[in-house]
Amino acid sequence: MSNPNDIIPGLLNIILGLAFLMMMAALLTWVERRLLGFLQDRPGPNRAGPSGSLQVVADGIKLLFKQDWIPPFADPGVFVLAPAIAMVTVMLAIAVIPATPAIGIIGNLNVGLLFFLAMSGLGVYSVVLAGWSSNNKFSLLGGVRAAAQMVSYEVFMGLSLVGVVMLSGSFNLTDIVHSQRHLWYVVPQFIGFVIFFMGGIAETHRLPFDLPEGESELGAGFHTEYSGMKFGMFFVGEYIGIMLVSAMTTVLFLGGWYGPFLPPFMWFGIKTGLLVAFFILLRAALPRPRYDQFMAFGWKLLLPLTLINILVTGALMLAGPVPS
Amino acid sequence: MLTDADSIHVTGAEQIILRDLHQRFGPTAITVQKTIDQIPTFWVDRAIVHDVLKHLRSGAERSFRVLYDLTAVDERLRVHREGLPPSDFTVVYHLISFERNDDIRIKVPLKEGALEVPTAADIWPNANWYEREVWDLFGLRFAGHPNLRRILTPPTWTGHPLRKDHVARATEMDPYVLTEERELTEQEALRFNPEEWGMKRHSKTADFMFLNLGPNHPSVHGVFRIILQLEGEEIIDAVPEIGFHHRAAEKMGERQTWHTYIPYTDRIDYLGGVMNNFPYVMAVEKLAGITVPPRAQMIRIMLAELFRMASHLVFYGTMSQDVGQLSPVFYMFADRERVFHIIEAICGFRMHPAWFRIGGVAADLPQGWDTMIRDYLDYQPKRLDEYHKLVMQNRIFKARTVGVGAYTLEEAYDWGVTGPGLRACGLEWDYRKQRPYSGYDQLDFEIPTCNNGDCYDRVVVHIEEMRQSLRIIRQCLDNMPPGPYRSAHKLATPPLRDNTMHDIETLITHFLNASWGPVLPPGEAMVSIEATKGINGYYLTADGNSNSYRTRIRTPSFPHLQMIPLISRGAYVADLIAILGSIDFVMADVDR
Repeated sequence: MSNPNDIIPGLLNIILGLAFLMMMAALLTWVERRLLGFLQDRPGPNRAGPSGSLQVVADGIKLLFKQDWIPPFADPGVFVLAPAIAMVTVMLAIAVIPATPAIGIIGNLNVGLLFFLAMSGLGVYSVVLAGWSSNNKFSLLGGVRAAAQMVSYEVFMGLSLVGVVMLSGSFNLTDIVHSQRHLWYVVPQFIGFVIFFMGGIAETHRLPFDLPEGESELGAGFHTEYSGMKFGMFFVGEYIGIMLVSAMTTVLFLGGWYGPFLPPFMWFGIKTGLLVAFFILLRAALPRPRYDQFMAFGWKLLLPLTLINILVTGALMLAGPVPS
Repeated sequence: MLTDADSIHVTGAEQIILRDLHQRFGPTAITVQKTIDQIPTFWVDRAIVHDVLKHLRSGAERSFRVLYDLTAVDERLRVHREGLPPSDFTVVYHLISFERNDDIRIKVPLKEGALEVPTAADIWPNANWYEREVWDLFGLRFAGHPNLRRILTPPTWTGHPLRKDHVARATEMDPYVLTEERELTEQEALRFNPEEWGMKRHSKTADFMFLNLGPNHPSVHGVFRIILQLEGEEIIDAVPEIGFHHRAAEKMGERQTWHTYIPYTDRIDYLGGVMNNFPYVMAVEKLAGITVPPRAQMIRIMLAELFRMASHLVFYGTMSQDVGQLSPVFYMFADRERVFHIIEAICGFRMHPAWFRIGGVAADLPQGWDTMIRDYLDYQPKRLDEYHKLVMQNRIFKARTVGVGAYTLEEAYDWGVTGPGLRACGLEWDYRKQRPYSGYDQLDFEIPTCNNGDCYDRVVVHIEEMRQSLRIIRQCLDNMPPGPYRSAHKLATPPLRDNTMHDIETLITHFLNASWGPVLPPGEAMVSIEATKGINGYYLTADGNSNSYRTRIRTPSFPHLQMIPLISRGAYVADLIAILGSIDFVMADVDR
């Protein structure tokens, strides 16, 4: 983009992309609540606007106009920084995702995958710092849980992707999708797919892996002390996180934009949407494991599984039946 | 109600215990009191009460393993005390033997100026809270008690509310003013001081964190405070604190007439509805000598079992929600709504219908009640099967509850556990079976039990009880006897309309009963039932008046909460939430 004529369209792309993202995240809160309502035999929000779709606007206005309050016992600087990190990291990470070869902010980044992992690694800070700076025991417990959980699941998430990288021979997400033209990686890398998705749930701390929040135990966990738009930023960050993990799974394992008949961006949208719905379905269906059980599950089951997955993939590639 | 055969059995037991106690403590040590409920009642002096209790607990030929209730009575204004030892305040111990299905009541007379008895907390650990309650509400001291402090009223309260000279209403007190100074004092009084509870702030290797869980916390099911001593997320010790929901229900019993107190009972276990009316009206009927007609008895059973369904559905849903499952609670509340629909059609009210009356029920069953119930009976079992797959067979749910919060049968005895929590330890003891009341002996049902006494087993017992309740309701539906829905006894309130309009005499009786309330003959009676959460009992003392002299409400949740520290030590914070969910309590049932 060294050419000055490219700067304006580039900036426009970024701004429109982010605006679209924010809209989708807001919409997703409504979708989730309607869907949960459907799954739980109740209406869900249905008053504001058609089918309650303006609920999002109402919530947004409420959050924006709430008093911007920082508890007197909190560490104000870090307290404000934490929700910003939550939002910035997921938005930066989502920038590298190619919806189609043409649609995307920096979809052609040659270290796209590493950038994604780095950003989700940074995302841990938001939760840890929020828990720590709130100076509240419940927040602290949530923050400590979050640190352990996200750092651990980062490991499995990263390792589960090694198979994909080996098969495609690239960290560039566009190239990875291209290499799935004939066979989606969900088939040869099924274990990687499952573990990546589980790691994704843990990273976005959604039920059943929402231990940092653990509403029945810790009130609201790390964001207990947050209100107003600072809480809203955690909230939006969480929903963009859901879209991020769904989109990444689509790109890495479900063949991205490939599919018959429909235009590419629709395929990308459908696949991502289904995964998002699956996120919500999980939330409606499953209870939450205990913290130690969850960590044991990761280190004792997922870690060996990912390592075996890498070994087997490597061995088969050397032996030759899987195309590299 | 106890039949004649039962009372002979009790009298036989009374003689054996009496002989045993006479041999040991001398022939003059015991004064026998005859009570209407036929429970052997012995007065002993406070000098020997500790030895007597200890003997009854373990040494006696007929020993009593469980301290069922411990309370007191302010006797200073009581008129009808013929044949009783002189006493200003009486401490009452109620012991139960589950094996022999036997009760005994020990009373200790105390004179003003010497209001102290030795503690029983070393004999039964659950005496701890009961004695604190008696200290709090009556100002009687218990020598040797580990931490005798107020439990139901705030630590800053002055006076002892259940004394007869304490005001009963806020209007009798000066207006309450919260000055800044007072606010600070109150706040300071709530500060937790670990040393007062014998807790250390540090171990050799770590500093403990004291986490204040509640009284406003989503998972403590009401206003309940637990202070946790944590190392990491592991619970080293816990101090439950209750009293935030205390509404002086027992004190109100002394002001209300026998009839007008019925709605207050509804709100004790507020999920139990008419289940609370049940022991109360039966105790009043026992005092009055009223026999309830069969139709009324059957209606009462049916309503009580419908409320057991409603309450257990809430338990089931909130239990699964406590371990993080979001959906079941909605399905179960929707089912509960169906139950309430029926209850509303019959009683005209949903949660607190106050529908039982002295001598029967408020009205006859409405037209079409049977179709509604039949529809429900066809609907619910299938849903329960679905929930079984959704919750009980879920592996995460099992991982969270199996082996968590377990206690043994011995511990359950020590802490006075009753109800599903007791049956989850393997004891098949249900009041409805062991001491059938109101016609439960004519119904065919089973007592579900489990063996491990952990959270999972407590849920299993609750679920099986729902199936048994459905069975009972179906039998009530198929065998509802014809006849009057209220007794024709002159103390039945309100009297049947057919009986009121004959002559001036019947009209006056009606008028007096409606305006002043019925006057019950003096006497004492305790009636207990198998309520939703365990055994609930009303111990009423009548002094020949239109209101009660003393209303003691023995609720199951009170002792259940007391054992939380025991079963949560060494567990994680998340386990504690599962334990709280599995205990099945509501705070109004604890604090009254």
